[in-house]
Amino acid sequence: MTWSDSDKSVGAYALRLGDDALVLAQRTGEWIAAAPELEEDVALGNIALDLLGQARSLLSYAGETDGSGRSEDDLAYLRDEREFVNAQLVELPNGGFAVTMARLLVFAAYQYELYDRLRESRDETLAAVAAKAVKEVAYHRDHATQWVRRLGDGTDESRRRMQAGLDTVWPYVFELVESDDLVRDLAGAGLAVDPAELQGPVMGYVSGVIDEATLVVPQTSVRHTGGRRGIHTEHMGYLVAEMQHLARSHPGAVW
Amino acid sequence: MTQSAGSDLSAEGGHGAVPTTGVLATSGRPVRGWPLWEVFVRPRRGLSHGHVGSLHAPDAQMALRNARDLYSRRQEGVSIWVVPAGQISASSPDEKDTFFDPAGDKVYRHPTFYDVPEGVEHL
Repeated sequence: MTWSDSDKSVGAYALRLGDDALVLAQRTGEWIAAAPELEEDVALGNIALDLLGQARSLLSYAGETDGSGRSEDDLAYLRDEREFVNAQLVELPNGGFAVTMARLLVFAAYQYELYDRLRESRDETLAAVAAKAVKEVAYHRDHATQWVRRLGDGTDESRRRMQAGLDTVWPYVFELVESDDLVRDLAGAGLAVDPAELQGPVMGYVSGVIDEATLVVPQTSVRHTGGRRGIHTEHMGYLVAEMQHLARSHPGAVW
Repeated sequence: MTQSAGSDLSAEGGHGAVPTTGVLATSGRPVRGWPLWEVFVRPRRGLSHGHVGSLHAPDAQMALRNARDLYSRRQEGVSIWVVPAGQISASSPDEKDTFFDPAGDKVYRHPTFYDVPEGVEHL
């Protein structure tokens, strides 16, 4: 069997979406046993597992379609930092709870709009993954919305922290809605969603929540980017090392 | 904490029946930040909501969401109720004898006690 350029492009696209989900699953999982309350521990654990499920489907598909024959585990555990093509937002350290909620608000809003449109993809696998995942991320978005509202419109201290959380993640949110030739070509063929068309709806939703929370949309001209080309923040290497340590120390181990 | 009117006992604390007064002040432990909620889940349409457990949450909306995460992870339900535990009036274990024992020898309260006369239909 041979792989067309179109297949390889779909594989590269699935790898981006899969890496976003995988890396945020890893980050979110760090909260387990460390969240402010037991109930929040479980909620964040559920969200991390939802994301990991999405990552498994997307990485498996990426390995099938890019012609490399790599499995989901090969892709998750045996690539080096520069080979990951996730957006930098998802690799940022969790920071405080408010930083984590600010990131989840933006990222889930992005994923919701993305998957909602990707359900119509001419690629049946991507459409099926999106149809399942859109319900999951709708819940993630709601969870973050509830907390941003409460913390923003809460005490002086919670308000200060929530605003600081938004300010921390804001320089990284625009990378999510960047286009390049790969996604534009795939979108033109009805296979993918051009991230540029998500900017309006995502920012509309997020700024609506920020407004309700009596907070302000951060004003910054700083926009970090490069994740889709394998350029990452200084935090990514540590995340990859921790995520891959077991699989690399015990190659082929199963349980 | 809200006390239930006309009762000395509530479900607050998650142990079925505890006094609504005097406990928190004398227990010597700090009061938890979030109030307790009792969770009721309806497994299917047509069945009643049943009590499944309790959880802590800052308000009703978050209690519903926490309940979804804690008690419907395996598709246990189609509907969830949450009730502030302090709002539930509970019977006292001390009153067990007067509350429940008298029903013990009233066999005629069971439909199987009665012989159904021949010829009666649709019963």
